[in-house]
Amino acid sequence: MADKVLMKGNEAIAEAAIIAGCRHYFGYPITPQTEIAAYMAKRMPKIGGVFLQAESEIAAINMVYGVAATGKRVMTSSSSPGISLKSEGLSYLAGADLPSLVVNVQRGGPGLGGIQPSQADYFQATKGGGHGDFRMLVLAPSSVQEMAELTIKGFELADTYRMTAMVLADGTMGQMMEPVALDLEVKPAPEKPWATTGTKLAREHNIVNSLFLSPEELEKFNFDRYEKYRYIEENEAMYEEYLMDDADICVVAFGIAARVSKNAINEARKQGIKVGLIRPITLWPFPTAPFKKAITHVKNFISVELSMGQMIEDVRLATECKAPVALCNRAGGMIPSPEQVLAAIQEANKNGGAR
Amino acid sequence: MSTREYLFSGFGGQGILFTGKFLAYKGLMEEKQVSWLPSYGPEMRGGTASCGVIISDEQVGSPIVSNPDVLIAMNLPSLDKYEDEVVSGGYVFADSSLIERKVKRDDLHVYYIPATRLASENGTPTLANMIILGKLLSVFGEDNEDDLRRALGKVISAKRADMLEVNLKAMQLGAAYQEEA
Repeated sequence: MADKVLMKGNEAIAEAAIIAGCRHYFGYPITPQTEIAAYMAKRMPKIGGVFLQAESEIAAINMVYGVAATGKRVMTSSSSPGISLKSEGLSYLAGADLPSLVVNVQRGGPGLGGIQPSQADYFQATKGGGHGDFRMLVLAPSSVQEMAELTIKGFELADTYRMTAMVLADGTMGQMMEPVALDLEVKPAPEKPWATTGTKLAREHNIVNSLFLSPEELEKFNFDRYEKYRYIEENEAMYEEYLMDDADICVVAFGIAARVSKNAINEARKQGIKVGLIRPITLWPFPTAPFKKAITHVKNFISVELSMGQMIEDVRLATECKAPVALCNRAGGMIPSPEQVLAAIQEANKNGGAR
Repeated sequence: MSTREYLFSGFGGQGILFTGKFLAYKGLMEEKQVSWLPSYGPEMRGGTASCGVIISDEQVGSPIVSNPDVLIAMNLPSLDKYEDEVVSGGYVFADSSLIERKVKRDDLHVYYIPATRLASENGTPTLANMIILGKLLSVFGEDNEDDLRRALGKVISAKRADMLEVNLKAMQLGAAYQEEA
């Protein structure tokens, strides 16, 4: 294994993107993700890549659209309010079936909000990236190593399915440093016969477009796309289970919330409480398999989130409401403490028989 | 040691984030699990800087240091803000050049080091951070010179190798410092 280096999560994303073969980055600065742009500004010119600070987030996402149409690996990054600005472009990318990687290092909202960590863009990422019927692949790293690994995974999935993959992190994951090993494997990008690379008078024109005035035609595109989404739901869900085998109580958390929750779970285990963790790594597709297994023995679920309770709806769907799901949360840039999560676990333990 | 949580706090420009990064690298090179998390909020714009470092034999859970085992306070606002958060039996290392008051609690191991003054006298006014860190590492018996050199080599670029010796000397100065009775 290669030597590990200390890197900020944001830097790990940028370096991993370069390892994945991304040579086009378009962005606009916003805390707490600016290190991604700063890293790209430094590195891209040295390796023949393009770093471009656009005049706005909207410009940046449309530059992504342009490069994606040529079949090159391309990315942009921003934080919550900036992602809202990009949502028109995200919808166009989906409508044109273009692969891209978009990073959201979330901060507290709504509105301009604050700059401290948040997970309140869960709905936006998993349910409503823009107008119209579409999905994005949503990857939620919980360590700096995963910031790197899931960036590469995101590029691969985006190419495989011709979709946008979003890395959904938060301010803590972006700013913290941890050891990271960068000897990462990358699958070669697939052939992209649809890309607009010039016909050289040897083939028909490729057309990249999201405008379809015939409703019959547009409906067919939507139906086909959702068939692809169903396949992804069955095949691409990723998750981690921690101490779930004998669990009476199941904490569900992703990203930084999962880190905090593990502290609390370890403490609760010392007190004899049978509690485990399901950590979704893909938020879309949301991993339902571990919940189908858990529901046979878990009496209480707790969704730990840096939001007013968004993922909790998917937990209720995945458990088919067969057991109560409590919310343990902070919002607006605050982070639940291990003590707060432990208290929620103890409370659930008291209600242990209430199934 | 299974897990030790450090909180470094002071003014911007005192090398707070660098000191934390150096310690994290030192832990990494000794094959520990480490995390480093800076404050990046509005307080940073006001000129204060802090970072939490966790060094552990086990995987680091939450990287957020709320109740440090060790507080390095480089100015008075830092001591005022974090003194009550240190775990009982924990350690405080205070720059007594800039902090006139004593630690109020009596359940802590406290070291007062006039780091800013020592740094000036040493002709390296920007290295008060490394002086105080040198004292800390000697208290914990973690100031093996080879280890310090290896970790410094990770945070100081090869182009500025002269700075390695200067930083090492500052740490040794801190380690050798004995409080006046």
